[in-house]
Amino acid sequence: MSDQSSVGKPVSRLEGRLKVTGAAKYAAEYDAPNLLYGYVINSTITKGKITSIDTSAATAVEGVVAVFSHENRPELPWLDIKYADMDAPPGTVFKPLYDNEIKYNGQPIALLVANDFETARYASTLVRFEYEEEFFETCLDNNLEKGRDAKKGIATLLKPPPPAPTGNFEKAFENSAVKHTAEYLHSTEHHNPMELFATTTVYEGNGKLTIFDKTQGTINNQLYVANAFGLSYKNVRVIAPFVGGTFGSGLRPQHQLFLCVMAALELKRNVRVTLDRKQMFTFGHRPQTYQKLRFSTDENGSITAMNHLAIGETSQFEDYAESVVTWSHKLYPAANTLLEYKLAPLDLPSPLDMRAPGGCTAMHAIECMMDELSYKLKMDPLELRLRNYSEIDPSTGKSFTSKELKQCYLKAAERFGWKDRNPEPGSMTRGNKLVGYGMATGIWDAYQFPSRIEAIITKEGKLIINNAVTDIGTGTFTVMTQVAADALGLPLEDVTFNYGDSQKPFSMFQGGSAIAASTASAIIIAARALKKKLLKKAKAISNSPLKAAAEDDVMFKNGTIRLKKDPMSVVSFQEIVASNNGRPVRTVNMGMPHAFKLRKYTKATHSAAFVEVEVDKELKTIAVTRAVSAVAAGKILNPKTARSQITGSMVWGISKALHEETILDEKLGKYINTNLAEYHIPVHADVNELDVIFADEPDELINEAGVKGVGEIGLVAMPAAIANAIFHATGKRINKLPVHFDELL
Amino acid sequence: MNNFDYQQAASIADGIQLVSTNNKAAFVAGGTNLIDLWKYRLMEPELLVDLNQVKEHHSIEEKEDGSVRLGAFVSNADTAYHPIIEKRYPLLSKAILAGASAQIRNMASNGGNLLQRTRCYYFYDPNVPCNKRTPGSGCSAIDGYNRIHAILGASDNCIAVFPSDMCVALAALDAVVNTSGTDGERSIPFSEFHRLPGDMPEQDNNLRHGEIITSIDLPEKGFSGNYSYLKLRDRHSYAFALVSVATGLELSGDIITDARIALGGLAHKPWRINEAELFLKGKQANAESFAGAAEILLQGAKGFKYNSFKIELAKRAIIRNGLMALHPEQQLPGARPSA
Repeated sequence: MSDQSSVGKPVSRLEGRLKVTGAAKYAAEYDAPNLLYGYVINSTITKGKITSIDTSAATAVEGVVAVFSHENRPELPWLDIKYADMDAPPGTVFKPLYDNEIKYNGQPIALLVANDFETARYASTLVRFEYEEEFFETCLDNNLEKGRDAKKGIATLLKPPPPAPTGNFEKAFENSAVKHTAEYLHSTEHHNPMELFATTTVYEGNGKLTIFDKTQGTINNQLYVANAFGLSYKNVRVIAPFVGGTFGSGLRPQHQLFLCVMAALELKRNVRVTLDRKQMFTFGHRPQTYQKLRFSTDENGSITAMNHLAIGETSQFEDYAESVVTWSHKLYPAANTLLEYKLAPLDLPSPLDMRAPGGCTAMHAIECMMDELSYKLKMDPLELRLRNYSEIDPSTGKSFTSKELKQCYLKAAERFGWKDRNPEPGSMTRGNKLVGYGMATGIWDAYQFPSRIEAIITKEGKLIINNAVTDIGTGTFTVMTQVAADALGLPLEDVTFNYGDSQKPFSMFQGGSAIAASTASAIIIAARALKKKLLKKAKAISNSPLKAAAEDDVMFKNGTIRLKKDPMSVVSFQEIVASNNGRPVRTVNMGMPHAFKLRKYTKATHSAAFVEVEVDKELKTIAVTRAVSAVAAGKILNPKTARSQITGSMVWGISKALHEETILDEKLGKYINTNLAEYHIPVHADVNELDVIFADEPDELINEAGVKGVGEIGLVAMPAAIANAIFHATGKRINKLPVHFDELL
Repeated sequence: MNNFDYQQAASIADGIQLVSTNNKAAFVAGGTNLIDLWKYRLMEPELLVDLNQVKEHHSIEEKEDGSVRLGAFVSNADTAYHPIIEKRYPLLSKAILAGASAQIRNMASNGGNLLQRTRCYYFYDPNVPCNKRTPGSGCSAIDGYNRIHAILGASDNCIAVFPSDMCVALAALDAVVNTSGTDGERSIPFSEFHRLPGDMPEQDNNLRHGEIITSIDLPEKGFSGNYSYLKLRDRHSYAFALVSVATGLELSGDIITDARIALGGLAHKPWRINEAELFLKGKQANAESFAGAAEILLQGAKGFKYNSFKIELAKRAIIRNGLMALHPEQQLPGARPSA
């Protein structure tokens, strides 16, 4: 099998051609007969009540079909649970058009439906709303004292509250030889994947809907629609074969889905609702977060005490929480810890997971703190990390299923040339530029979700794998095809992976970097069962050359089963299906995390980032001139798609450190730079050499595939590495992200 | 976007006739800013008059008196890469290429570049006060988030800045804007084309309704020996200037015999102060001289809560760009600071 094995090879995306030629269809591109177009109308005030709505001018426009608002919406369930999706935080879920209350600026307050998009968008400007405005609070900085513990709920399973204090932080900190205190502030970031949020609902009649949606979870949205609108699950089909980036924005059903389905059901017509770019700033976002850290070490650099306080922003109706303060103690052993996480409710929409939520926020603060300590200790920053390296998880005392962070540090440092660094800030120059080297550590979870796989051998002897999972652009389709091909000993072209469809067997939403591990493990389990079944049927064929063969005696190769000792003794998959009266051979299996076995272990991915920046001596403009990231994430199924995940998230790291912020005008209570000209993300000119190393990290424990996932880990270390490099170049610490170059003047 | 009528102007005269008689009419050439403004409902013309079919003003020509005429309908990209411009007015070429993106420069016309509206966040949001958009409604930027706003020539009514890069070079080069309207043809010195906000911030420039920019004249002197455009911004491409500087020098040995400095990103129009240029004449081309000019250029500068940094940054940028103009061959793409 080794001659044709595909896992571990840099296979190009199987759907790549469809994507670059425009043949791949996204949610807003599915055609349906007599399609209507909905345009969402957003609140222009921040808090208060709608007192009246005048739709007369809008409905007078030719082509306008309907205007839905809280005044004329269909009857909807009032029970919150009916609207709760799998990723809903504790609290009261937002119900679009439920009543006249305005909870945040940009809240969807009506849907105008017309015969074409342009008419819908124009006529929406003619609907007049009268409001009664109320006092609002949107600025985290002014409301830190409102911080309180986060409510607990189902979401707490993936994002546990901070652990209890250990030792005596205050005393240990007070008595330590070296200590440092610092505050960090992160700006809001909004989801801006290339594809805008969109839903096309096909009204099939008899309570049946086919929904093309931009989502990370077809089944999550199927359940949401069925529950909210009282439809039977089997009558709601959600399809998302191509998804143009989500990064967490598609974990929860967004309001365009709700409004689109509502309009389709009410009008008994096919309806499409697409958000425009400005409207991408009217829902979930990475929350503003304030952090205060107090760390101390002994004179040798061993950490003695860690206090990490984080206060995040949430809405007035849901407690969106992140794991921010849990990371330092998973990395560094300290006998005295005080980890505190608070939420300050503001008049804003609920925040939403965004790539490495909490982790990249926390690690920026933690790893800048480590850099500060290294200077106070006059110790190389890498040496300080190695001094405090832990082979076990210090927060629980458990072993890791695998942890090759040290390998990451050493390989990346070598590739980067860290040894050439003169630690003195401002000491390294290149023409008009100050040169800075910075490094930081990354850590992220290694989740696995349940996943159900249907595996079928057809009469042509080919393999079909069915699963509801999406491919949000990460390469899932390609990688899972590789895993399935190897598991059955088939070439890639003999495998069809059907996905992105809620009618296929169960998958959780695609998030938390969990899907590679979840789906691959389930495929391996299903393939094992399928092979067993195929062998059994092969042996049952009259005169089967495999009659006496046990599982260990045979190999699966190129659509056949052969005796290892006598490869001429062979039965083909086609013969097996033929002997099965032509009926395809099929298995359905559930892949589950090994919760019992793994309770003794901590699962995590790790990374190390090394960054060079140039800062202009007089003008202080900043450029990330090169970066090396080494990642330990178990087995790498496809180094090409995995590398793309890491380089993409390294670019995001540059963005978070230097560019990306949604500016909130606290007097107006709204975001003001809501377009891609003013909401800056890096362009090509900002991205230079990016180098990726994958550590060799075999992991026999974690799951059948030995996989941990690479969707987020590449981001986590980058912001701190950049901030530390800027300090090294300039001697200035800027703890508010993004760093504006003029703050260095 | 509202429904509207569309007509192609057969000639300049035709265009003037169509628009000047209808106060809800607008011209379109490249459309790169107009379409944005329309989608944001800042402009809702009922008649769109397309000038792209007009036969004249599509070329760049050297005239007998040594000046060069830029047709108003030549694209920004074609202008930047035109052999005459690259050779005789490289400062203009560099400034154009520091702006927008390749796609936008391909579409944008020279005339239209002069008519860009500000990028002030508040101007683009029809639901908040803005004197430029809705006269008398107030200015949200003065006490708001004003990082990108003016430090020079602003008024209590408006602190917006003019976003063009091309125009900063045109100001430095003493360009002349030629227009045609119901009152005939006008030639407007560049410094008099754009306005300061004063108490009429809604009016960006002195062009009248129905009047068309037909061409832009560049005087013979192009400073092609010693020039530099420097643009400082929050990312290295596709971002508007926080501070930009166009510098042209004439030197005799290391003594400055003539100088031009225009600033972008700081005011409601490209900023030039003749005294600063006079100050440099006869002085050595060094940091000290440019620092003296910078002080004169920034006289009266007033920062707001989030943009006071621009005062110091502009001074440093003027000095650096003066030095960069001594080595124009070392200029980097995107008008970045020299390596």
